[in-house]
Amino acid sequence: MDKNIKAIISDPMVDNNPITKQILGICSALAVTVKMEQAVVMSLALAFVLICSNVIISLLRKNIPGKIRIIVQLTVIASLVILIDELLKAYLYDISKQLSVFVALIITNCIIMGRAEAFAMQNNIKDAMYDGLGNAVGYGAILIIVSIFRELLGSGTLFNYSVIPSSIYLENGGWYVNNGLMLLAPGAFIILGLIVWVQRSYTKYVED
Amino acid sequence: MKFLRNLLDKVEPNFVGNGKYAKFHPLYEMADTFLFTPADKTENGPYIRDAVDLKRVMSFVVLAMLPALFFGIFNVGRQVNPDAPIIDIFLSGLPVVLPIILVSYVVGGFWEMLFSVVRKHEINEGFLVTGILIPLVMPPTIPLWMVAIATSFGVVIGKEIFGGTGYNIFNPALVARAFIFFAYPGAISGDKVWTVDGVSQATPLLKVASDQGSRAVELLGDKYTWWDMFYGFIPGSIGETSTLAIIIGAIFLLITRIGNWRIMAGTLLGMVLTAKLANYFGEAVSSSNSMLFLPAEYHLVMGGFAFGLVFMATDPVSAAQTDRGRWIYGFLIGFMCVVIRAINPAYPEGMMMAILFANAFSPLIDYFVMKSHIKQRLKRFAA
Repeated sequence: MDKNIKAIISDPMVDNNPITKQILGICSALAVTVKMEQAVVMSLALAFVLICSNVIISLLRKNIPGKIRIIVQLTVIASLVILIDELLKAYLYDISKQLSVFVALIITNCIIMGRAEAFAMQNNIKDAMYDGLGNAVGYGAILIIVSIFRELLGSGTLFNYSVIPSSIYLENGGWYVNNGLMLLAPGAFIILGLIVWVQRSYTKYVED
Repeated sequence: MKFLRNLLDKVEPNFVGNGKYAKFHPLYEMADTFLFTPADKTENGPYIRDAVDLKRVMSFVVLAMLPALFFGIFNVGRQVNPDAPIIDIFLSGLPVVLPIILVSYVVGGFWEMLFSVVRKHEINEGFLVTGILIPLVMPPTIPLWMVAIATSFGVVIGKEIFGGTGYNIFNPALVARAFIFFAYPGAISGDKVWTVDGVSQATPLLKVASDQGSRAVELLGDKYTWWDMFYGFIPGSIGETSTLAIIIGAIFLLITRIGNWRIMAGTLLGMVLTAKLANYFGEAVSSSNSMLFLPAEYHLVMGGFAFGLVFMATDPVSAAQTDRGRWIYGFLIGFMCVVIRAINPAYPEGMMMAILFANAFSPLIDYFVMKSHIKQRLKRFAA
């Protein structure tokens, strides 16, 4: 693979991760990470919208008048979000209900607007697609890491399979109790903060 | 004494410069300054001659907490065998309380040490107080592993991520308690909290909060009189039950001028005024919420109000720093405590939230107090 494309894809995964470095798209990272299932579906939905919107906007970039570019971008993104929302409702109704408004809120997800404005408007279709892919993977990875911790500590399950043996639970005569904080949004906030901490002490990045 | 000094002097070379254990210098430093007043002199001005340093301040706070701690142990023992002689009561409370204190100190001490070794600074004395505060705000039935997790959370998230002692915006012990409150609500609220050897009782606060009607005081019935709650013969967290023991600690803190009287007075004032307001309000709308009718003197002796007022609100790091700011900060705590207790049905105990809330606002309060101070002086000296 071309070195340039490699950089476009790998950069947003760690060094320029949309969540942990740019602190974008936090709302969905806090809201839909209680269960891994939700996090995975959400990541896929966002990946679809992000890649498609990057490609379409890159395709149109020479024809979009500068003054109304945000409106055009939003129209493209909104159409894609409606599409994925309907798809989820048709085929994954339960999860779509759990994700509730957050699928529709992908429209306002800062990552998508940010990539459209900052990257797709200036780059060719191929690069824009890879950029969308890289950012979607960076976003999804963090979402899934957060949800692993939250589901494991908060409900004792992974993908709804019990991981922690039921015999050690307090109600079965053991001593263990699930951590209720992890089911609340502050739990995700703390996990996210710890991930940012680990990442920044690893990359030695300091905010100025 | 001589022996200790000699021992410390003998091992010192190992802990400095290229010594074998130079990495663990903070550990040596801690032991050394804990046992002896350091001989180091400040190198540059300004100089202040004062016998008090952080270590002494923190030790005084721990001393002030001892009455509450001893009464707490006694009160726990009383639930196990109420009719035994005093010494036996005390001894039967000890095995319940002591492990909690131990876990808190060992786990918290571990994190303190880890951070001071990694960050290469001295171990701070702040944990001396936090380590004893955490057990005192826990119910005696709390499982030890929860104490360990909560202590880790309080020390790391509540303090170390902000840079350690002196930089934390929240009181670490309260962060630890808040963690348990949200993570393991079953262990800290509800009517099964106080279960020592099968004795299960609701705390007085919960009793009032869970009932309906306008006679809060009668609801407590003859089970808990005001004097019971003042002396502390009630279920509750280990250190919070006896208002009397806490007042003894408060007097000690005030005489040594370690606790700030403005914060305490402000908190008390805020609580009394808000409680009166709540009483009138409840009367006016003839509410069925019994917490609205609780008189101010009952707010004082129930739950963690007195304990929070004396030992938590006055924490010099997370409280407001200006004199006028301290009044406002204290008032805010008293106000919020009653508001949360009376109006929020989910949290019968409002003191923890109230203090954390005010902690978050104390820098802002200071900021505006300073601003208005500058404005006043400008006006005064303008002409």
